[in-house]
Amino acid sequence: MSARPDEHLPARPVAWARLLLLIPFIAVLWVPFYNGVEPTWAGIPFFYWYQLLWIILSAAIIAFVYRLEH
Amino acid sequence: MINWTALIVFVLLFGLVTWIGFIAAHWRRGDLTMLHEWGLGGRRFGTIVTWFLIGGDLYTAYTFIAVPALMFGAGAIGFFAVPYTVMIYPILYIVFPRLWSVAHKHGYVTSADFVRGRFGNRWLALAIACTGILATMPYIALQLVGIQVVLGAMGIETGGLSGDLPLIIAFVILAAFTYTSGLRAPAMIAIVKDLLIYITVIAAIIVVPLHLGGYGKMFAAIPPAKLLLAPPPAGSLGSFSAYATLALGSALALFLYPHSITGILSSSSARVVRRNAAALPAYSLMLGLLALVGFMAIAVGVQSMPEFAAGFKSYSNNFAVPALFLAIFPSWFVGVAFAAIAIGALVPAAIMSIATANTFTRNIYREFINPACTNAQESQMAKIVSLVIKAGALVFIFAIPFQFALYLQLLGGVWIIQTLPAVILGLYTRMLNGWALLIGWACGFCLGTWMAASVNFAPVYPLHIFGTTVPCYIALASLVVNVVVALVLSLALNAVSSDRHKDVTVAGDYA
Repeated sequence: MSARPDEHLPARPVAWARLLLLIPFIAVLWVPFYNGVEPTWAGIPFFYWYQLLWIILSAAIIAFVYRLEH
Repeated sequence: MINWTALIVFVLLFGLVTWIGFIAAHWRRGDLTMLHEWGLGGRRFGTIVTWFLIGGDLYTAYTFIAVPALMFGAGAIGFFAVPYTVMIYPILYIVFPRLWSVAHKHGYVTSADFVRGRFGNRWLALAIACTGILATMPYIALQLVGIQVVLGAMGIETGGLSGDLPLIIAFVILAAFTYTSGLRAPAMIAIVKDLLIYITVIAAIIVVPLHLGGYGKMFAAIPPAKLLLAPPPAGSLGSFSAYATLALGSALALFLYPHSITGILSSSSARVVRRNAAALPAYSLMLGLLALVGFMAIAVGVQSMPEFAAGFKSYSNNFAVPALFLAIFPSWFVGVAFAAIAIGALVPAAIMSIATANTFTRNIYREFINPACTNAQESQMAKIVSLVIKAGALVFIFAIPFQFALYLQLLGGVWIIQTLPAVILGLYTRMLNGWALLIGWACGFCLGTWMAASVNFAPVYPLHIFGTTVPCYIALASLVVNVVVALVLSLALNAVSSDRHKDVTVAGDYA
């Protein structure tokens, strides 16, 4: 399988966009903020759905930065 | 009593991946007498194969057993696997395409190769290589525990010499196809493994809550002490800092493991690495949902079911997930789920043994023992070392109590993070001095080991900072000392005699 011609083009780093990647760190490291039951969502305590939600949000942020840089 | 239906399904699936493991040698054929062909699959894996490979590599069988087991036994603190997995991918996106680029340019196969080239210090490279090997060995051994638990759950007696036989067979198969096919084998098997794991997890998160009457009922059945982190007592950050530092420290350590780096370097471009940073969180979601399976096991009440008493006695909380599957699912599906776990052990065990074999061969054998070796000799050596490492892991699990393997795996995380300054900071700056890094590494290594021993091999050490108790993950605390020592000594040593001229890489290699 041969790589696409643009495959080895380097990313064009966009500094402000890369700063966005810090947001997930702050969101999940500030534990007191989310160590609670309310508000529940579909019976799931906040502690659990909040952190699971950040998996999706951080993936979205990475995808956004990728789009911007390529 | 042996569960024959489950066992037959299990054996069939296991046979299928064995066959795949051997035919993988012919996939995207390369000259397997070259180390980068055998040990990195020729650096040719595209986005999708890399996704399966790294996913199969990082989310191991042990994870599938241990994370829910921790939730089952200790409650909310076990959920730290989720913030950990949130943080690893921004790190992957920013840092590791640089490593890929410089490794591609200079033909590096391991992180110690990079350190050797960057700092021109063979002793620092040796320290990095030995740390990698040492940290990975108990990790391979723990993969076996995953297989052992599911074999036991199917009613196979896992004690004694005859009980060890199934595990030995599984490992002989693993050793044989890794030897012949190299990294191509786990890459191909990872695809099957991940499909099975996804099926299993999706079934569990749909069927079990239906059985219990919804997620609300499930969470209602969890004792309050396990549902949330305990609020910290006065004068302490309590479980909050423990939770946050465990997640952050584990995230920083993850991509320093040799098997993670093997997965990254085998991809076909830096772009593939970045793309995967956005796509791999799909696995994280699965891990998060899987953690909840530990709570499902509490809600279903597997611990008080008499038929599982023996299992819990033999495997303690690690038996929670297998017991839940046995309680809820029909036998044939139990076979699928257990095969997923066992095959899930083979993939990372294969990659780990290849990664440690690459490291030994490149950074110890070629550097210190036989510098004149040919490429074919180098590749042959790696194949043999991969066998030795697997045999070692097998002996390890039979000869050493399980608890000991756990301690060593914990220490493995503390040790591997000490390579961060040389590997990660080294990707960005050359102001650090090779000798300073080596001394920093030694300080972090010894301090971390001492801290772990002093708290009886718990992961968290209570630091006392300005009158406040801050329970902190030992890996993170010792890393801070390592970095400070390396920085201060670098300033001093560079003032006397800089070793910058030894750097064989140039700025353009990193983009």
